[in-house]
Amino acid sequence: MKTPFLVVIATAACTAATVHQATLSPAAQAKAASSHPPYTAADVHFVAGMIGHHAQAIQMAGWAPSHGGSAAVRTLCERIVVAQNDEIAFAQRWLREHNEFVPPADPRGHVMPGMDHPMLMPGMLTPDQMAQLDAARGREFDRLFLTFMIQHHQGAITMVAQLLAAPGAAQDGPIFRFAADVNADQTTEIDRMTRMLDDLNRSAQ
Amino acid sequence: MKSQSLFALFAIVALSAAACATSKVNMSMTAPSPDPRVGLRAGWMNAAQAAWNIRLVSTTPPSPDFINRSTPGDFQFINSDLSFSGPYVFQGNFSGVQVWDMSNPRSPRLHKAFVCPGSQSDVSVYRNLLFVSGEALNGRTDCGTQGVTDTVSHDRLRGIRIFDITDVANPRHITDVQTCRGSHTHTVVTSPTDADNVYIYVSGSAPVRSPNELAGCSAAPPDSNPNSALFRIEVIQVPLAHPEQARIVNSPRIFNDLTQAPSHGETPEDVAAAAKAAAEARATGGFTATRNGVEIVLGPRFVTFRLDSIVKARGGTGAPTAADSAVLRTNAQVIFDRSVNPPLRGNGPPPGPTQCHDITVYPAIGLAGGACGGYGLLLDIRDVANPKRIGAVADSNFSFWHSATFNNDGTKVLFTDEWGGGLQPRCRVTDKPEWDADAIFTLAGATMTFKSYYKLPAPQTPNENCVAHNGTLIPIPGRDIMAQGWYQGGISVFDWTDPAHPREIAYFDRGPMDSTKLVGAGSWSAYWYNGYIVSSEIARGLDIFELQPSGFLSQNEIDAAKLVHFDYLNAQDQQQLVWPASFVVARAYLDQLARSNGLAPEKLSAARSALARAEKLSGQGRRDALTQLATQLNSDLRGAPQLVVDGQEQGRAADQSKVRTLIGAVTDLADAAR
Repeated sequence: MKTPFLVVIATAACTAATVHQATLSPAAQAKAASSHPPYTAADVHFVAGMIGHHAQAIQMAGWAPSHGGSAAVRTLCERIVVAQNDEIAFAQRWLREHNEFVPPADPRGHVMPGMDHPMLMPGMLTPDQMAQLDAARGREFDRLFLTFMIQHHQGAITMVAQLLAAPGAAQDGPIFRFAADVNADQTTEIDRMTRMLDDLNRSAQ
Repeated sequence: MKSQSLFALFAIVALSAAACATSKVNMSMTAPSPDPRVGLRAGWMNAAQAAWNIRLVSTTPPSPDFINRSTPGDFQFINSDLSFSGPYVFQGNFSGVQVWDMSNPRSPRLHKAFVCPGSQSDVSVYRNLLFVSGEALNGRTDCGTQGVTDTVSHDRLRGIRIFDITDVANPRHITDVQTCRGSHTHTVVTSPTDADNVYIYVSGSAPVRSPNELAGCSAAPPDSNPNSALFRIEVIQVPLAHPEQARIVNSPRIFNDLTQAPSHGETPEDVAAAAKAAAEARATGGFTATRNGVEIVLGPRFVTFRLDSIVKARGGTGAPTAADSAVLRTNAQVIFDRSVNPPLRGNGPPPGPTQCHDITVYPAIGLAGGACGGYGLLLDIRDVANPKRIGAVADSNFSFWHSATFNNDGTKVLFTDEWGGGLQPRCRVTDKPEWDADAIFTLAGATMTFKSYYKLPAPQTPNENCVAHNGTLIPIPGRDIMAQGWYQGGISVFDWTDPAHPREIAYFDRGPMDSTKLVGAGSWSAYWYNGYIVSSEIARGLDIFELQPSGFLSQNEIDAAKLVHFDYLNAQDQQQLVWPASFVVARAYLDQLARSNGLAPEKLSAARSALARAEKLSGQGRRDALTQLATQLNSDLRGAPQLVVDGQEQGRAADQSKVRTLIGAVTDLADAAR
């Protein structure tokens, strides 16, 4: 139960290190001579990390029909699956085009070459939390899903903030656009889920 | 060299397409089937095209500094929004601005291209001033191309750049107004009562910058920092005599206490079903309340809980009495409202959008439509510097409200949803028609009532970014018709006169940029400007179109639209459309009456002849002929109801109103005759 939290801390530390180094990735160095703006290791980490992050959201959302989610939550989940699948496709495309390692969409977290275990990105559910959600049904599933997905989305916003705090990061147009879109869409969706959760708690009175 | 031959090929394709389109007029009212937009061959400048009731007049590739010929769809050179002044089209680009002279729409000429990176370069013009939005981290105050790699830098521009374009060929940088979230889009607002200033509403959806870069910027919740850059928009005042003194004069918190619950926009069928259920419930002693204008039945849990509370409140016990039920019945709405829209919680950030994506103002009616996070807002802008929220809608099928367009009468408003930010393919067969669409509302006072969704009807491939995007009204008198860009979904022209049943009447589409992967492209904006639809093609340049007459739109209606002349146009600052007294306007109304069977064929034909006779006359003779026609139409109006087939009472009323409009147009013509 504790291990995953340690992993989260490791992630943060890892990102912080990236912030100070502002290193160009090898593929980026190769491209630096071209007219394209350079990108940094922070950009690659952000894009690659978003793949595992989103993969978990898709798994969570995929449970709504089988776990007795309400109609409103099922609709929300349908949208989350579409949105996050498309963003994963974007992330994979960007990495492929820049000759960077393309991690698999693993709901356990960010898969990095040479590492045994996928790394939890900010906001991602621990295996315990995932088990808890998987065990819930009906109204309890709705409540837990909304609670955990708000946490999950807030993690994506944290990832955007970490990216923008990294020197030289998000100079590449698509990355800034992608990050800004993630920020705007997920902020809006957190607002929506907060209200849904409020409704749920109120009607349970 | 290879790319040059591609361009040559493209020019030939465009010419031949134009030749085909002019060769025949299709008066059919049935769209081609199967839809020719499906399965178009991919390509950059040589993608296959499909057009219906619209003709591509010209397509002009980006100028040399705004294209990377070795990388199709290079993100650095995305063409963005458009603005117009006189013969000039200002085309924003992630690398700067291109100014085209479209005096000859068949061959627009590059007038000026200036490099100044920083997305999105949303552009507006007002008199001698050009405003350009910047939000990306690489934008520099000196327009340099090297970017800004420091996380905090005073070289960074996020906000509004202001240029003097007295000499369009030599734009002069006047000043920048920096904002905390940069400017994703902006809206130039003219005030009917303030001729000395022009205002800019800044919408910025990107993250807040560091206070070390721009003093005072804070992303903290407003309750911990009252100056938070969240939950507000910025209003810039630009003194026209001293634009260098442009500054932020207000940051109105238009989102305060926004508690509208996100709900699914009800269709007329839903409303009818809800009304039936409510009536049945009331008849059997049930309780109802109104939510978003729809009467709903209150559930047994809600009722039992409230009845028990009422019993307790009077100090009683046991089952509720008839008197308790009466108390609940009287107060049901208040209790329901309180439970649906509770007061804001004391801790944590207030819910609601933190910013707008775009705001469309319509100064002539004193209103603005704000597309803000998960909401569509209605703002009172009569005091331009102090916009106030007067209405809000939310819709569970809408993700990220993107922009707004009013109809000319101000009786309807259309909001778009840009779910996925424009980078994603949301027009696939698997994507729902109510997602990434337009939502059409009627507008009465401050009340917006949902009527329907409009989504591009042709499915696109997973390799085409597609979602509802920017458009404007086409000034067809008597109808609400709009042109809209859908990125790689192309351009869709649709009629939303009947807000519950919008219908496509023309389209243009190209195949995807690439058949193997998604490469961003397509129509960012499609705006009507003085007779043409001008589209900013993200990767392919500038497209100019002309509408073709069809069963949905007559030549007279198109000619009437061409009578409306703009000196300048910023799509987000909606100008009221006014048609001059003209025979072609009267004929456009006659064509509409013919299409709707609103007037008997022999009366229509008599009116057409009378109009033609009058046109040949002048002075008093013309005036008399037109007055006589107006009198005849007035008598036709009284006779008209009998001509309508039984059971079509609503159709009759609409046509009555059209005949009255026609009489007004004929009377205007009579008054204008000298």
